[in-house]
Amino acid sequence: MSVPLEHDYIGLAETSSMERSSEKMSSSPSSSCPHVIEDNKSSSSSNTALNLKETELRLGLPGSQSPERKPGPVGVSLFGKDLEHKSNVYSPSSLKNFVSGAKRGFSDAIDGSTGTWVFSINGKNDGDLGKGAVLFSPRGDKSNTQQPSTSVPAKKEIGSVPPSTRPVQEKKNQVSTANEPSSAPAAKAQVVGWPPIRSFRKNTMATNLVKNTEDGEGKSGAGCLYIKVSMEGAPYLRKVDLKNYNNYVELSSALEKMFSCFTIGQCSSNGLHGREGLSERCLKDILSGSEYVLTYEDKDGDWMLVGDVPWEMFTDTCRRLRIMKGSEAIGLAPRAVEKSKNLN
Amino acid sequence: MDSEWKRFRDSPNSEELTRRSSFPDEVLERVLSLLNSHKDRSSVSLVCKDWYNAERWSRTHVFIGNCYSVSPEIVARRFPNIRSVTLKGKPRFSDFNLVPENWGADIHAWLVVFVVKYPFLEELRLKRMVISDESLEFLSVSFPNFKSLSLLSCDGFSTNGLAAIATHCKNLTELDIQENGIDDRGGSWLSCFPESFTSLEVLNFANLASDVNFDVLERLVSRCKSLRVLKVNQSISLEQLQRLLAHAPQLTELGTGSFSQQLTSHQDEELKTAFSNCKNIHTLSGLWDVKAIYLPTLYPACANLTFLNLSYAALQGGELAKLLVHCPQLRRLWVLDTVEDKGLEAVGLNCPLLEELRVFPIDPYGEEIAHEVTEAGFIAVSNGCRRLHYVLYFCRQMTNAAVETVVRNCPNFTHFRLCIMIPGRPDYTTNEPMDEAFGAVVKTCTKLQRLSVSGLLTDLTFEYIGKYAKNLETLSVAFAGSSDWGMQCVLEGCPKLRKLEIRDCPFGNKALLSGLEKYESMRSLWMSACNLTLNGCRALAREMPRLNVEVMKEDGSDESHADKVYVYRTVAGPRRDAPPSVLTL
Repeated sequence: MSVPLEHDYIGLAETSSMERSSEKMSSSPSSSCPHVIEDNKSSSSSNTALNLKETELRLGLPGSQSPERKPGPVGVSLFGKDLEHKSNVYSPSSLKNFVSGAKRGFSDAIDGSTGTWVFSINGKNDGDLGKGAVLFSPRGDKSNTQQPSTSVPAKKEIGSVPPSTRPVQEKKNQVSTANEPSSAPAAKAQVVGWPPIRSFRKNTMATNLVKNTEDGEGKSGAGCLYIKVSMEGAPYLRKVDLKNYNNYVELSSALEKMFSCFTIGQCSSNGLHGREGLSERCLKDILSGSEYVLTYEDKDGDWMLVGDVPWEMFTDTCRRLRIMKGSEAIGLAPRAVEKSKNLN
Repeated sequence: MDSEWKRFRDSPNSEELTRRSSFPDEVLERVLSLLNSHKDRSSVSLVCKDWYNAERWSRTHVFIGNCYSVSPEIVARRFPNIRSVTLKGKPRFSDFNLVPENWGADIHAWLVVFVVKYPFLEELRLKRMVISDESLEFLSVSFPNFKSLSLLSCDGFSTNGLAAIATHCKNLTELDIQENGIDDRGGSWLSCFPESFTSLEVLNFANLASDVNFDVLERLVSRCKSLRVLKVNQSISLEQLQRLLAHAPQLTELGTGSFSQQLTSHQDEELKTAFSNCKNIHTLSGLWDVKAIYLPTLYPACANLTFLNLSYAALQGGELAKLLVHCPQLRRLWVLDTVEDKGLEAVGLNCPLLEELRVFPIDPYGEEIAHEVTEAGFIAVSNGCRRLHYVLYFCRQMTNAAVETVVRNCPNFTHFRLCIMIPGRPDYTTNEPMDEAFGAVVKTCTKLQRLSVSGLLTDLTFEYIGKYAKNLETLSVAFAGSSDWGMQCVLEGCPKLRKLEIRDCPFGNKALLSGLEKYESMRSLWMSACNLTLNGCRALAREMPRLNVEVMKEDGSDESHADKVYVYRTVAGPRRDAPPSVLTL
């Protein structure tokens, strides 16, 4: 297994094949780059796996300027400006890219002050980005085989990265995948000594979590089918067992219940640092009047609108769910229709 | 206590009483030797000089809640006949990495005095102390009668130290190693017990990771006929557990190893038989890596179970429910939040005698929450378990109404520790602070001794606490309060307060100094990431010479800011073993 090389967040590091491949990706700077770099800065003090930042995709929405691919960790906020340039947002592939890389917790990804979304997605170009999206998930391998793009080598490198390393970002971290929890305690800790649990217990639980997730990830049809559900603005993800539901209505009402606590206008940041404060502020911004739409990522890594296909086909192909703000999901619909036409 | 003593002395009959209560010392000592509680003994020692002397000669066990509040010399001078010592060292927040590593609380200085003054020492129970392998070895060779060692949340030692204990302590009855920062260098320490050694009654190595030699363990268990507590670690499989149980059916407390080995049906039967032969088990723990299909093997042992510790066993709600049906006598239950509200409903239904519930999060940093408990589970437990008086509950959402319901159902809480894991989270249904929740707790639970608060809280919470929590002894506060006033309410209002620990709250010097009079009646005060300055701390230290005011600075912080402050009463003066990062003012 290759041991990831460390380099500082600016990316002035020794070359690695990962780096080289990323260097191949050309890009032009996004003006919101500096902002993201700021975010990265706070995390550069963590010394694990910074080189993996390379492998993180910084998404530039199509139509917007593509993210600058600096050698090493690139941080280009995508949505940042693009929220303001809504016209750029709705191209389906970009949305696909946008959502497929969403392994971050929401508040992590949102910068409260500017509403900038920062993502990590593989690849650089929109077309490539979509496929390359899933970084460390076990399904990444599948996507690999479909990849002709230059992002492939990078991904392959990524795939070979030992599970124990992970891109440790800012204090607020990416949502981890199956591999990441093994180093969870250090990386995920947002506030020192909080929640108040003895180190011994924390460490034991973290080890067990890895074991359980590793066992559980491949599980399907074995009586339960847990998939992750993310929602814009929520500080953490949930998991649901699709086997518990028989149709879309049941699923939808269960999700509604699960996430209701996040849609109620949560209040007053009382000057707290930490993710909760940010997500609340942002939630307020985002909430204003828009409806939520349920989308899912299918076997191919495409983001689809939930409800188009028969329930059984859905449970078979669904890999993760995402509750998106309606306005941002608009671009999805045509694509979903197209795809199901192709399938049918 | 002081005021009572004065009253007694000044009363007209005090002289008479003193004369009348002149038992011969031997009788008095004999009577007083029956007292075990150290609080009772402290009261007794204040009655008069005779009683003070009788008490000090008859005391065999001393409990020291803060190792720096007194020196070993002072202890030895007062109590000449001690056989058992319990010592607590670091502030509790050291469990959460808030105290610098080298802060202190090393046991060695105490051992050096004990070897002279208490050569017949039998028992040492340490919590949050630092103990090195050298100290363990010193202990094992210097005290020929040494019987009982218990280490909880300690650090500084490795399994080599345990090897020394096993090798040299010929009369050892108890070796209890819990949740320590131990340097685990392998399981060979267990093999250091001599083959002739048979006195062990308590063996707990559940929290050590390395494999031990099973044959050695099996022989040890089979020859120690008085073994009543056995808690093994994860390396012990189900099959091995069965063999151990076959040798020790007299066990009263059992900590299993890993509960997930694939068993043949024959092995399954054997295990079930082994459990059914253990008629005296009242405490069960372990169950690492539990696979629920094997739980039925232990049902036969659950009839008398009063304490079930599943806090390292990731069970689902339904699995827990099935198990609880077999545990009608349960008084204490510790679980992980994998059981979810559904599991807690089962608790409410099946455990009417429950007195204590602790729910730990399996994924405290959780960015992907697959399981959690909510206010619904809390209410469900309170509905069914009306005798509940101790709760530790980790959750991510709570409502004022739910807590109000819980304490209405269970007004006898003595320990109420609610941890809403997202700092500053309000009532998620109303968006209001959680003030009314804790207000309800203190108003309704008049016997409350320990309280941990969380969620979004204003000064109102502390007004309530100061006004109503008249029996409160320990208060833990994090990310709460609006101003100095909050802390002042507590300091002025809670007469029995002994320990106050605060982190990340907007309390400053004014609040700190408002408690001047108070701190000498308390064991300690901890404040970190608040608004204290060095000057404020200096003022406190100046006014109160019998307090140690320690300030710990963090790298890169403002010069005048007092990042971490630890204040405690002491008769031993400022300590001399503080590292450079700790300033005693």
